[in-house]
Amino acid sequence: MITLNHYLILGAVLFCIGLYGALAKRSAVAVLMGIELMLNAVNINLLAFNRFLTPDKMVGHVFAIFVIVVAAAEVAVGLALVINIYRDRSTTMVDDFDWLKW
Amino acid sequence: MELVMSLSIEILTAILATGLLIIGLVTPKDQRRGIGYLTTAGLLGILGATLFMNNVDKTLLDGMYIIDPYSTFFKQLFLLAAILVSVGSYDYIRRLGYNQGEYFSLLVYATLGMMILASAGDLITLYLGLELMTITFFILTAYRKKDAKSSEAGIKYVILGAMSSAVLLYGLSLIYGATGTTVIKDIAAALQQDIQPIMLLGTIFVLVGFGFKISAVPFHMWSPDIYEGAPTPVTGFLAVASKAAGFAAMIRLFIIALPALQSYWVVIVMVLAAFTVLFGNFVAIPQTNIKRLLAYSSIAQAGYLLFGLVAYSALGVAAILFHSILYVFANLGAFIVVIAFGNHTGSDEIKDYSGLARRSPLMAAVMLLSLLSLAGIPPLAGFVSKFYLFTSIIDKGYFWLAFVGIGMSMVSVYYYLVVVKVMYMGEPPEDSEPIKLPVSIQAALYVTMFITVFFGIYPSPLTNVALSVAKAFFPF
Repeated sequence: MITLNHYLILGAVLFCIGLYGALAKRSAVAVLMGIELMLNAVNINLLAFNRFLTPDKMVGHVFAIFVIVVAAAEVAVGLALVINIYRDRSTTMVDDFDWLKW
Repeated sequence: MELVMSLSIEILTAILATGLLIIGLVTPKDQRRGIGYLTTAGLLGILGATLFMNNVDKTLLDGMYIIDPYSTFFKQLFLLAAILVSVGSYDYIRRLGYNQGEYFSLLVYATLGMMILASAGDLITLYLGLELMTITFFILTAYRKKDAKSSEAGIKYVILGAMSSAVLLYGLSLIYGATGTTVIKDIAAALQQDIQPIMLLGTIFVLVGFGFKISAVPFHMWSPDIYEGAPTPVTGFLAVASKAAGFAAMIRLFIIALPALQSYWVVIVMVLAAFTVLFGNFVAIPQTNIKRLLAYSSIAQAGYLLFGLVAYSALGVAAILFHSILYVFANLGAFIVVIAFGNHTGSDEIKDYSGLARRSPLMAAVMLLSLLSLAGIPPLAGFVSKFYLFTSIIDKGYFWLAFVGIGMSMVSVYYYLVVVKVMYMGEPPEDSEPIKLPVSIQAALYVTMFITVFFGIYPSPLTNVALSVAKAFFPF
């Protein structure tokens, strides 16, 4: 029997993998993919909570749809900026973006 | 129909933003100057319209959207900031020579995002407003697309901003799971029973997410880079309005939805505030670039604003409102000087400000008054607002935090006065000539200067408004 806890653990694991990817990957595109994983972990959480806690209300579903839409917009802007900087420096490695001192 | 009337401010702002986008596309390239003026006029009109909303207190769409004096106060603050930034942008954007319509349109869209954030009565609305603001700022930060620094700042902001949004969102999903609702008022009601660990975890995630947005230490590392790389008007808007918007949503969420966990989050907020004030002020000392200096000073200001949240009282909220509106004028005054100076000389280095007082007395005077107000020197407005912030925490017995704040205010006087010394004591470069300012910039500078001085000498009209707004928001 799959319970709420299973979904939450899946969500937490996915979130951690995404966070690791976002922090450890060198390519800007891979970092954006890590962030997508984090957002999808949130979606799993939202849908699981909605299904198990308030199945008669659709709040979690609505929230998840909003998250999907906004994540798409975010990645569209993110990839546009990656292309922009690639034209300038011919690289998408995050390590090379060091003109401004950290 | 009533709904449309209540939402008229947001609807007008959306119409203005979309209209500017269309006008920017259909006007010929050499006639796009007027778009900037149109933006300012439109924003002034909307600011006028908000004056009729001062006493409206309504909850719309089953609690998803709240229009109360608190949100209207913040909307007026965002509009004032947007007006000053749009005035400061005319010359800067004309020099770029491309996409003027899009720039001003994005500026207004960012303002709309902030308004939604301040009015959010539901976690979904809050997230939507936050992302509308942040995604718009991603684009604005990278607006000088041929400038390597600007595009680098843009990509850093996308990565860190999106990551912080994801962390915040994870926290919001846990809060939804623990309470079964996303409406902020209902969350407080659902928390009357025992508090689950998942709720605490969610609160911490949300705090981290907001810490990023308001650039509280240790989540501040994005801001100096992005402030330096972004176009200067955008930096000003980012430092002032986006921070205030983050505070608007944060205060509403933590005070209205999570009072049951107050004893937990207040400890974290207190530590964040102390670190932010300490770090922001100390690291500002060795800066040589004026934009980075203002970035670190704005980190420190976020720390002072957090004091009001630590106090958890009507006075604390009033002090945040009061300080943030004066911070708009003081900081944007300084930023408009930086914009005008950058337009003229192409430099943001503090050493190039040498002898500015002789090249342009007005710019030097505004910079002086803005910096002293940020430092909290009487009789300027910054002194009064810091006084209220410190009073609010002393009332609650956090003496050590007040000492940290006051001590660090003294440290901040040092690095602000370094800039003043360069401007007033330094010699202007050999071949320099007086700096001529456009009328619009002059007007904006006079306004910021007047407000900084006026509310320092006679603060009671504004403090009364802030107090009555805060009392309505925080009745206990």
